[in-house]
Amino acid sequence: MADARGLVKRRAGARLWLSAGWLTLLALAAVFAPLIAPHDPLAQDLFGARLPPFWEHGADAAFPLGTDSLGRDVLSRIIHGARVALGVALIAGTLTCLIGALLGLIAGYFRGWPDMVISRFVDIWMAFPPVLFAILLIAVLGTGLSSIIIAIVVIDWTRFARVIRAEAMSQGAMDYVASAQVAGRKRFSIMLAEILPNVLPTIVVLLTLEMGIAVIVEAILSFVNLSISTDQPTWGSMIAEGRLSIHQAWWVLVFPLITLFLTVLSFSQLGEGLKDHFDPVLR
Amino acid sequence: MSFLTIENLSAFVGPAPILRDVSLTVTAGEVRGLVGESGAGKSMIGKAVLGTLPPAVRVASGRIVLEGEDLLAMRPRDRRRVIGARAALIPQDPLTALNPSRRVGPQITNRLVDILGWTRHDAQVRALELLDEVHIPEPERVMRAYPHELSGGMRQRILIASAFAAEPRLIIADEPTTALDVTVQKQILRLIREMQARHGTALLFVTHDLGVVSKICQSLTVLYGGKVLEDTRVGDFFAGPTHPYSAALLAATPKYTDPDASLTPVPEAVIDGVRAEIEAFDRMHGHV
Ligand SMILES: Nc1ncnc2c1ncn2[C@@H]1O[C@H](COP(=O)(O)OP(=O)(O)O)[C@@H](O)[C@H]1O
Ligand SMILES: [Mg+2]
Repeated sequence: MADARGLVKRRAGARLWLSAGWLTLLALAAVFAPLIAPHDPLAQDLFGARLPPFWEHGADAAFPLGTDSLGRDVLSRIIHGARVALGVALIAGTLTCLIGALLGLIAGYFRGWPDMVISRFVDIWMAFPPVLFAILLIAVLGTGLSSIIIAIVVIDWTRFARVIRAEAMSQGAMDYVASAQVAGRKRFSIMLAEILPNVLPTIVVLLTLEMGIAVIVEAILSFVNLSISTDQPTWGSMIAEGRLSIHQAWWVLVFPLITLFLTVLSFSQLGEGLKDHFDPVLR
Repeated sequence: MSFLTIENLSAFVGPAPILRDVSLTVTAGEVRGLVGESGAGKSMIGKAVLGTLPPAVRVASGRIVLEGEDLLAMRPRDRRRVIGARAALIPQDPLTALNPSRRVGPQITNRLVDILGWTRHDAQVRALELLDEVHIPEPERVMRAYPHELSGGMRQRILIASAFAAEPRLIIADEPTTALDVTVQKQILRLIREMQARHGTALLFVTHDLGVVSKICQSLTVLYGGKVLEDTRVGDFFAGPTHPYSAALLAATPKYTDPDASLTPVPEAVIDGVRAEIEAFDRMHGHV
């Protein structure tokens, strides 16, 4: 028992630290991009196009991950791309979480008509296929970063609302909530002080998953050119361009793809790790 | 003088009656047993008094009077204030009755702050006294613990301390020992009895164990299918119950004098009789 717990703890610890480490690195890269990127991510050099990564024959040490077909530095573009990716993840993830979790808490704990209204909304919302919904929204809002963020929030708040509602409902049926009610506490204060701490682990997992989703959505919309203007490097647009020259310069596609993959994976692993960390029983 | 009076309380889940015209009283300082098999509606009576009925349950008629205040006629906010100041619950399951993600200390002191408006510091001092009163060793350490770090018996002691914390006049104990080990059950029972006597609190003691009733209660209500079958003094009950179901229940209870005697379950015929009684009641009141 104690051994099993220790093992769970250690494993959770390892993935927590690995994922947190990667995301921290990425966040630093995003914040200090102009300082640490070795080159201007937009600077073209047609004579230095498609330089391979550093370990291959014919590489230029100044461009460790190579250059794309316009001679732009892949590493610098990935570093600058982190700004858009993490920015969208942070803003869209947080907003989605705040709106969805709050509505879910209210519906699940207060029940009655607030639950009726919110649950109806969720049902209707989820009847829309998300991809169509997104394209529709972008068509109405126009392309651009804020449109992407709005689209993510508008489409995904239901994910939080539904799960948190169910958890708040099962917590609300517990005797400790009844005791707080009998003690005459205000219901809103019970919701925040008693229920919220118990659904927090789930909220954290959903939030980090949502951040991962936001990164993917932004990449996809960049990939199909519905994101921001082309002079801001994004991982999605790099992947789109890299795809065209896959046979001549695989690295233009592969490095942003690996970065994207690691980032999304880290977000989900961070969530799982934090959940165990927050869980008073495992802690 | 009766301290808690429930008069003709009826409650439904959808069209199904779960409490049928229930009446019972608890006088000041008295311990009343509320006995019935699982699903009889014992917990619902407690929850109706405390105002914590599940959303699916609808009270159709009846009155609940606590120290002269008609609870069901009050606005919810006033009702919560009255109940909070005068009544408390010792729950069945000490695991779900403490918030798993909060330390024990604040869960006790919060009640004193919420109900009596005490300062945090005074509440802290009182909470330590209370933990001492329920025989918890190292109260300071326990106050800082999370519920899962404590045993079931320990948690139930904490809940008893917290029920008595704000000096309520009425405590509802809903099968407070059912979830515990047999050895711990006796200690907890003794503790509740001791605390009740010291504080002079009226106690509505929900149980399905007549042996426990004989030890700590003065009066007794027998419930089946949400209907009161018998309401009597404990002495009279053990001398000779009036309702056939109660008599069968008593016969089915292991004797402490002779715990090895074979148990007679409540006979089918008796159950059928009670069912017929309840059906007749429902027809008379037009509940299908
Ligand atoms: N949350 C609920 N919603 C609807 N019906 C319930 C709920 N909880 C209990 N009931 C029903 O109410 C009746 C009485 O239950 P309860 O008072 O818990 O019985 P017990 O005597 O074992 O405490 C049972 O028939 C049960 O099915
Ligand atoms: Mg019960």
